[in-house]
Amino acid sequence: MDRRESLKSMILGSMAVGLTLESCVTETAPEVIEDKIWKYTYGRTPKEAAFDEDLLLDQFFEDQELQIIKTLANLILPPNEQGTIEQAGVVEFIEFMAKDVPEFQVKIRGGLMWMNGYCNTHYQATFVNCTEVQQKELLDKMAFPDMEAEEQVQEVQFFSLMRNLVLTGYFTSEVGIKELDYKGNMPNVWDGVPQDVLEAHGMSYDAEWLAKCLDPDTIGDMAQWDNEGNLIS
Amino acid sequence: MQIIESQKIYDVIIVGSGAGGGMATKVLADAGLKVAVMEAGPFFDPANPEQRTQLKWPYESPRRGAGTQRDFGEFDAAYGGWNIEGEPYNNIGDTKFDWFRSRMLGGRTNHWGRISLRFGPNDFKAKDRDGLGDNWPIGYEDVKPYYDKVDKLIGVFGSNEKRYNDPDGFFLPAPKPRLHELYYIKGAKKSNVDVIPSRLSILTKRINNDRGVCFFCGQCNRSCSVYADFSSGSCLIFPAQKNGGQVDLFVNSMVSEVTIDEHGKANGVKYINKEDRQQYTLKSKIVVLAASACSSARILLNSKSEKHPNGLGNSSGLIGKYLHDSTGTDRAIFVPELMNRKRYNEDGVGGLHVYSPWWLDNKKLDFPRGYHIEVWGGLGMPGYGTGFNPNDLNKHLGLTVGGYGNGLREDVKKFYGSVLGMSGRGESIARKENYCEIDPTTVDEFGIPVLRFNYSWSDFERKQAKHMHQTFEEIGHNMGGIVLGDAPGKDKDYGLLNPGRIIHEVGTTRMGSDPKTSVVNEFERLHDVDNVFVVDAGPFVSQADKNPTWTILALAWRTSDFIIEELKKQNL
Ligand SMILES: Cc1cc2nc3c(=O)[nH]c(=O)nc-3n(C[C@H](O)[C@H](O)[C@H](O)COP(=O)(O)OP(=O)(O)OC[C@H]3O[C@@H](n4cnc5c(N)ncnc54)[C@H](O)[C@@H]3O)c2cc1C
Ligand code: SF4
Repeated sequence: MDRRESLKSMILGSMAVGLTLESCVTETAPEVIEDKIWKYTYGRTPKEAAFDEDLLLDQFFEDQELQIIKTLANLILPPNEQGTIEQAGVVEFIEFMAKDVPEFQVKIRGGLMWMNGYCNTHYQATFVNCTEVQQKELLDKMAFPDMEAEEQVQEVQFFSLMRNLVLTGYFTSEVGIKELDYKGNMPNVWDGVPQDVLEAHGMSYDAEWLAKCLDPDTIGDMAQWDNEGNLIS
Repeated sequence: MQIIESQKIYDVIIVGSGAGGGMATKVLADAGLKVAVMEAGPFFDPANPEQRTQLKWPYESPRRGAGTQRDFGEFDAAYGGWNIEGEPYNNIGDTKFDWFRSRMLGGRTNHWGRISLRFGPNDFKAKDRDGLGDNWPIGYEDVKPYYDKVDKLIGVFGSNEKRYNDPDGFFLPAPKPRLHELYYIKGAKKSNVDVIPSRLSILTKRINNDRGVCFFCGQCNRSCSVYADFSSGSCLIFPAQKNGGQVDLFVNSMVSEVTIDEHGKANGVKYINKEDRQQYTLKSKIVVLAASACSSARILLNSKSEKHPNGLGNSSGLIGKYLHDSTGTDRAIFVPELMNRKRYNEDGVGGLHVYSPWWLDNKKLDFPRGYHIEVWGGLGMPGYGTGFNPNDLNKHLGLTVGGYGNGLREDVKKFYGSVLGMSGRGESIARKENYCEIDPTTVDEFGIPVLRFNYSWSDFERKQAKHMHQTFEEIGHNMGGIVLGDAPGKDKDYGLLNPGRIIHEVGTTRMGSDPKTSVVNEFERLHDVDNVFVVDAGPFVSQADKNPTWTILALAWRTSDFIIEELKKQNL
């Protein structure tokens, strides 16, 4: 069994549900993987877990492709004090999605090659080695859909796909969710829209409707009804 | 291969552990019967940390929740979906029926929408009003006591509104509307469309000491680890066991047919244990089918014998016929006033807080049956797809679409929570020409012949969908919103989703008093075989625009009571 296979069976054997993508996973010490295995525990069936592990242990993009993705992602969403592409794990996410959604593979790989081809012709350098001014000159050709067109040209479609993946990768990460300022996913009691928000929107609750609504103070009480179905507790 | 027989004889074998099977298990086991529950999927308990997805963050999945493995996203609780590996189904000609199945203890009740609506008096007798389809042999008054009991046993929030055809019940208090729901109310009122608190089987107050109360995470489709929403496993089957019931659970056990004795009566089932892939038989005095409408029809049709050459209970030739699903079409509305919203925790319960029950009179319309409107939107948890087409809505504001750079961060934040949607869910007419049947050309991986479907919509449904879009547009404008996209035209069936897509498939073993025109009687008992019952949605004669599950539960309880009575009288 080669190292990669033995590593895989070790992980499967330990009931792991996944591990992070390291660019050189076979070189990673088992302790490190063990350490990170539980990053992806989200209620998989054994079959799903095995599928994820296969994808995580596999690598689709070559290192130089990942470099382009990283550069492109940082142009689409430049780092600022709120968060970066690296903190959000965007490149790893795109690598994973390319394996998870095989239709992405040729589109992305081809798009990256197309960008390099363009840069070689116009700037005698690969995309990564172009100056930022040159890179943006290219992006300006790809980033704006023709609102009148029935179908967008390849480079615009490719860029839209990359922009979508970059943004969704970012805004589903810990830093991205914080930046979006999503406040939920934790136990609480819903007691309606805050008063200042209601006012800002010129809304109010009508009294008759409110009378049918739950009172946070009695939520733990045992429900009781009269024979007509009126709640009396 | 040899069939492995079990010597034990159960009082009842229940096939399927979803809504119908769970209810039958609870009532029959509580009555002291020896029950075997056969479930094709694995054991599932939403409280099990290894199976739990509730309260997970998107970044806990390497695909950030994308729906590549599970149709409604990776955190959804369904083990199954539109397609299940190794268990195909087919469509006849160019008709299209999409079949959603879950394979797990509790079935689809683990991840369903929890919309829990009683049928009204009109709904059981629809033919009386428009001459279409058939009446049920029973009426609201027969089912009402069971709806009442289901409300109290399982719990449902809502409000008593004194609407004749949307009967009152025993409701827990409703959650207050969210902001986008207030916009919906505003638009609906101006359009003369009624709006009332929604009715979902979620505990907004304690109903017993075994189940927790909702903590408002908005994730019921992930199944609630504190059992605050209704799932068949956590709320019926586990309590039946805990109550000392004699319940043997056979999970990963795929029933292929009902077996019969020399008199043509059922005496058990044949099943395949998915773990060792061997065939087994299990014996019982009574068989209760609850494998979901189409799966139960399939089992009966596959139970062929000399005594029952067309399949068990199929002397009428009607098993599989009259298959019908709810109609459905959706529309999204962009509300500029909801841009740049102030943030707060708006998760609420895992579903809508308000809805519009059918508010018009079909006599004045060009389509015979009604629909209700469901509302969605809000400051929900980001997931795969958040940030897609980040500034497409700019075109409505005269601003640039596309681009790159940190301006995109602002676009995503600006539009977050500014789009809401409406879904119309309507009643279709049950027709004999819409059916499922055994496909002699295909078997599943267990060697069991599979189903093929033949289902098309008629103009009744198309005209209804057209009306839905007109309503959506009116409400959308009246709330100050911009209705997105064009109304789908005739070429697109006015946006009607494929049959099956609303996942309310019913009618395949329909109820009636005449054995020539129906499969089961009013107690869901096969006309042909008196110890076989069907307690899923197969017996539905029609299904109103009300989602089916509350009625499945009420009827399963009623049938279980009947079984107990018959046993007492030694009629079974
Ligand atoms: C996403 C979604 C949202 C929904 N929302 C709502 C809603 O808001 N309101 C509503 O009323 N309804 C809703 N429904 C529909 C609701 O889930 C079903 O009506 C209900 O679960 C049907 O109950 P059942 O007992 O007939 O079947 P199921 O719940 O489907 O259970 C059937 C069980 O039988 C098992 N089974 C099947 N074949 C065999 C076999 N051969 N041998 C052994 N076991 C077998 C299956 O594995 C399954 O566990 C929704 C469904 C989905 C998928
Ligand atoms: S919304 Fe309430 S009932 Fe639904 S899963 Fe969350 S806590 Fe449970």
